[in-house]
Amino acid sequence: METWDKSIPGNSRDVTNEYKGTTAVNLLRDTILNHYGVSAVPCAGTYPSSVPQILVPRAEFEDAGWLMKGVGARLAAEWGVDETTLGRQYAVLACFALDGEYLLVRCDIPLDDPSFPSLSKKHSPAFRFERQIMSLMGLTPTGHSHSDLRPWIKHEDWPADAWPLRKSYDAARRMPRADGEYSWVRTEGEGVYEIPVGPVHAGIIEPGHFRFQAMGEDILNLEERLGYTHKGIEKRFEQLSWVDGARLAGRVSGDSTVAHALTYCRAVEELSGTSVPPRAAWLRAIMLEWERIANHLGDVGAIANDVGFAFILYQFMRLKEQLLRVNQRLFGHRYLMDRIVPGGISVDLPPDGAAIIEEKLANLQMEFERIVAIYDRNASLDDRLRSTGILTTEAARELGTVGYVARASGQRLDCRIQTPFCPYDRIPPRMVVLNSCDVHARSWVRVEEIRDSIRLIRELLASLPSGETLASPEEVPADRSTLAVVEGWRGEIVYWLQSGLRGEINRCAIRDPSSVNWLALEQAVHDNIVPDFPVCNKSFNQSYSGHDL
Amino acid sequence: MLRILQQIFRTGVVTETLPEPLEADLVEVGGRLEEAIRRRFHRSLVIREVDAGSCNACELEIIAMNNPIYNCERFGIQFTASPRFADLLLVTGPVSVNMEIALKRTYDATPAPKLVVAVGDCGCNGGIFGESYASLGAVANVIPVDAHIPGCPPTPVQLLNGLLRLIEG
Repeated sequence: METWDKSIPGNSRDVTNEYKGTTAVNLLRDTILNHYGVSAVPCAGTYPSSVPQILVPRAEFEDAGWLMKGVGARLAAEWGVDETTLGRQYAVLACFALDGEYLLVRCDIPLDDPSFPSLSKKHSPAFRFERQIMSLMGLTPTGHSHSDLRPWIKHEDWPADAWPLRKSYDAARRMPRADGEYSWVRTEGEGVYEIPVGPVHAGIIEPGHFRFQAMGEDILNLEERLGYTHKGIEKRFEQLSWVDGARLAGRVSGDSTVAHALTYCRAVEELSGTSVPPRAAWLRAIMLEWERIANHLGDVGAIANDVGFAFILYQFMRLKEQLLRVNQRLFGHRYLMDRIVPGGISVDLPPDGAAIIEEKLANLQMEFERIVAIYDRNASLDDRLRSTGILTTEAARELGTVGYVARASGQRLDCRIQTPFCPYDRIPPRMVVLNSCDVHARSWVRVEEIRDSIRLIRELLASLPSGETLASPEEVPADRSTLAVVEGWRGEIVYWLQSGLRGEINRCAIRDPSSVNWLALEQAVHDNIVPDFPVCNKSFNQSYSGHDL
Repeated sequence: MLRILQQIFRTGVVTETLPEPLEADLVEVGGRLEEAIRRRFHRSLVIREVDAGSCNACELEIIAMNNPIYNCERFGIQFTASPRFADLLLVTGPVSVNMEIALKRTYDATPAPKLVVAVGDCGCNGGIFGESYASLGAVANVIPVDAHIPGCPPTPVQLLNGLLRLIEG
């Protein structure tokens, strides 16, 4: 295999075509290994085997970003880790993805020089990832390309040396407040004015701050400032047992409780070598699709409501409520919190459960199609939602967006299909990709996904295995790490878990879809009018809590 | 238009009678409300919801209170965009350090007489997040709280029963 050099133009997917017959991850790995030669070392003790982890020299960390961009990989996540309790130093890991396969590139960072070369020159998502690494782990991205070193999530009134993710930091202690000021992006000129919004918003939603620069009604620029719901989740994981961790994962973002708990549990099961009984795997997928339908229903309704069509909202809220009641009746919780646990699920489907779900699905499908027909034929919805809030295909790709935000802008990304686990490898979902890139597309992707999830649940029920639903989890060995990826209703969720010397949780790095998609909202509202921001925002509907952690 | 009307008639009124609260669901009301306050808010309670750091599950259930099945407006309960118009702050938690100031300012902006209800296990006691460098735990650690509605998250029925018990006794 030939060696790639830096002169390969960015994002050339044609290059990958030359590799027909090899998998994407082999391409990623060989690209790195061939470039670095003996100075790149594959790491041991990392799972699953399909996700290699390669150590590269710190000074050449940025090269890895160049190489990965060259073969068309996106930066899915980047995080820091403090390995002093494992007798090592700090490290930064970058997770690259291509065609649903993943590769981790890591560089070690000495304790006396906590800095690392920034990847932001080639990978836009790195801006916020690295601001977050700097703010919470105290590792500074270097290189002239990283022009934005303002803290992220860490607000200006935190002490400058508060780096909670470091092992030496006492997380139980209350932080003193410091003086500081956040430097906002400024726009000046005649007729330009600012609108600050939040953190307490007008609706019943989560807190965050948006600052608009506007001229007349047109938005010139939007700057988000998040972090208001930062509760120290990643640090909290380090104090919990593996089993309790599932409860916390289920509360990273309440609307995605199934997806987050599932991603976490898959990581724990991979680390401990626990195999999940088939029945539990099937029921987990049913829960995941049920969660997808419930949230998509609420979102499509809310999008219509934001342009004044409340009828759709109330009809869909009614349907959503029926789904939540099925959850309550069958599994004992309206949102299925704590139903997914390491080793399987905590509540089995009752004997009459399949029949109840079938009946509800039939009713849901009939009612849903009736209301969607009204939605589809409504000219004023068409008028308001089409060509509003456009996130171009290029921007969606450059910003590394995932989930329905990406699929509505022509990106073929769905880990249920590209990184399938049982039972999705046997019952594949349909990829819903639209190209109009607007609010309508982000809404209609959801409509199609509801239809497909109904089909999936039917097929899952038809092939539902019998037997156990919970295997007792095995012990987690010391000093191992793993990556797990699940397509929640919002998109790809990434968990990276590392065990410590006593087999405890040493680090839990989480990347909710919101961590990348929030940035795309800033791009999508350019040149829209201020009154359309709510509907643009709702069409993204990203999680504040999942982002802020 | 005809289809919309057809669907409205087909759906009919779906609002359900509110079930009696179960013994276990009863809210802990801290102290008795003055009769004057109760009289003032009875059948007309305007709520400002404040997410002070929750995981957003409590918000889902508070939104569900507004759906046609629970229809909180039939009890005179409605949500407002501004604390200036609010009688009651419905606060979900745990209160994050980054929301502490915003929550206090929202409380100060709400005209007296005002009530504060802490919602969810996290709002009541910090829940699984507890108290840490980033979380101040219970809402009562930050502003005075009149009542608690526990649950993870509390259901719309528990929320409605809690609020009604607070204002109707």
